[in-house]
Amino acid sequence: MKNFFRISFLIALFFGFQFNSNAAEKVEYLKTDWSFKGPFGKFDRAALQRGYQVYQEVCSSCHSMKYLSYRNLVEEGGPEFSVEQAKAIAASFEVKDGPNADGEMFMRPGRLSDKFVMPYENEKAAQAANGGAYPPDMTVLVKARGGGVDYIYSLLQGYEDPPAGVTLDEGVYYNKYMYGNKIKMSNQLSDGLVEYSDGTNASVQQMAKDVTTFLMWTAEPHLETRHKMGFKAIVYLIILTVLVYFSMKRIWSRIETKV
Amino acid sequence: MSEHEYTPKSKVGKWFNDRLPLLTLANHLTDYPTPKNLNYWWTFGGILTFCLITQIVTGLVLAMHYIAHADMAFQSVEHIMRDVNYGWLIRYIHANGASMFFLAVYIHIFRSLFYGSYKSPREIIWIIGIIIYLLMMAAAFLGYVLPWGQMSFWGATVITNLFSAIPLVGEGIVTWLWGGYSVDNPTLTRFFTLHYLIPFLILGLVVLHIWALHVPGNNNPIGIDIKKPSKDTVPFHPYIVIKDGFALLMFMIVFAFFVFYTPNILGHADNYIEANPLVTPAHIVPEWYLLPFYAILRSVPDKLLGVIAMLSAILILAALPWLDTSKIRSAVFRPLYKQFYWILVADVLILGYVGAMPAEGLYLLIARIATAYYFLHFLVVLPILGFKERTTPVPLSITEPILGGSPNLAAVKKRDTFKDQ
Repeated sequence: MKNFFRISFLIALFFGFQFNSNAAEKVEYLKTDWSFKGPFGKFDRAALQRGYQVYQEVCSSCHSMKYLSYRNLVEEGGPEFSVEQAKAIAASFEVKDGPNADGEMFMRPGRLSDKFVMPYENEKAAQAANGGAYPPDMTVLVKARGGGVDYIYSLLQGYEDPPAGVTLDEGVYYNKYMYGNKIKMSNQLSDGLVEYSDGTNASVQQMAKDVTTFLMWTAEPHLETRHKMGFKAIVYLIILTVLVYFSMKRIWSRIETKV
Repeated sequence: MSEHEYTPKSKVGKWFNDRLPLLTLANHLTDYPTPKNLNYWWTFGGILTFCLITQIVTGLVLAMHYIAHADMAFQSVEHIMRDVNYGWLIRYIHANGASMFFLAVYIHIFRSLFYGSYKSPREIIWIIGIIIYLLMMAAAFLGYVLPWGQMSFWGATVITNLFSAIPLVGEGIVTWLWGGYSVDNPTLTRFFTLHYLIPFLILGLVVLHIWALHVPGNNNPIGIDIKKPSKDTVPFHPYIVIKDGFALLMFMIVFAFFVFYTPNILGHADNYIEANPLVTPAHIVPEWYLLPFYAILRSVPDKLLGVIAMLSAILILAALPWLDTSKIRSAVFRPLYKQFYWILVADVLILGYVGAMPAEGLYLLIARIATAYYFLHFLVVLPILGFKERTTPVPLSITEPILGGSPNLAAVKKRDTFKDQ
């Protein structure tokens, strides 16, 4: 057994080493309690629904969400809108379909099976409308940034006046959490920007937290299942390991060697 | 291979076994005499077999849903993560499985280095192992390209560009590898094909690796040969099977922790950004298990020499049975070697660390010193140590220190030289 602790220690040491090497040159991000962190973490349903609202009313005018479908909004482990709500959401978008019998493309109201409608036709159009910067797709955004949710949460609240000596070009803003501090997205959130249907006070911090929670879900839609299954799997493995340990002791007791 | 001739009890069994001796093989595998003093570092062979099978099985399922096309690969991976039933689980097992595979293989290799398992008569096992390790690195690199994220794309660009260091034909080879003038769809499709092929090559080599192992039998922590099989060994089944099983379960707990709770921590965030040939990531970093070699590559200012240094760092291992001149296998009886062994472990960890850092300033200096020491260890320290080192007394047999009641050698007869060969 002593050896096992030694092995585990070495493994821990090694990966500790790894994380350190990735952790260099990072600023301190703003901290908040994420309901989905930890082995039993779950999404806060209300926060996801509010987060969707922020995405819809603020972010979606520039940022696409191309791997998400309207049906996902209903699915277990997500915002869990009712089917009627989600249908209404989908129907509020115009989707290009076709070609019809005449060979023409036509617009129709969205359905649950449709992917989220993109704000721009293509990447070039998105760039043209945003001063050359492409607003990244948001579906897996929190997994695509080193700091993850903390980074996004901080970035949304990180706008400041540039310190003396820093000059910004037209259409460039100063953000203390952005890599290089220069960002082409202007400050999007201001207190009371959206009106939450559940009456929550829409402070900048609240909106940042809600929308980041929503983005965590879009990036990891099966997070809750994963956490639940992981707990079961590990408990099962531990029980089995203990049983096998005692069987092993018993088998090896037939000979004088210690195991 | 067995010491005693095996005959199946049933008539059908005998009829079959006379035509294809599968039962004899099964009997050999269960009865295979294994040194009874193997410690838990020896369980990683079984763990590695598990890793390989896991990668092949999950890989097969992923291949059913993945689309190897530059325009669709990233999207198909997201499809697996979202819409395929338990696709996220399969993919996270496969992605973290690669890391677990390397973790286990590094422990396996360093166990071999500590206990001198590469020495006569086990050189062929060792060399096959090195080939397997090389193929693992190839498979891992190719697999990392498949999701077609930013690190996939730029990693592929950096690594394939290494071939351009070859004089005269380098550029031509790179174009040939790419199937075009840059990493693009033809590169992706051929990488997918090769990524699918290599695990089966590894599987074949694993069979040879085990076959070659079963000729001389296992080395052991004392590093001496089996004197009396009846006293020094136990049959593989049930003793080693249950012990390997126990260790495997412990390993699976660690594995499960990564898969279920931190599935992306060993990957790079940039790989969740779709490949874009027009945007280069700030730092192009390989996966953690390749970092020591990446550090060696970058520590040499010349591209061609850097590539040569990196390849030599791996290939030098194949020459190890002849570079290590000591007749004593186990580091337990080699006080000096033991110290150099741990320095080497630290050296490789340092190389891994600086491999993840930008190649400049102090990091570059450390990388250069560590690289130099790495080669020094194999080319100078090991050959000289074999002649100069005063080794401590080696027990007469495996059973002796065990029956003596203590694993340290106080109770062991003193002998000045080792005449086991």
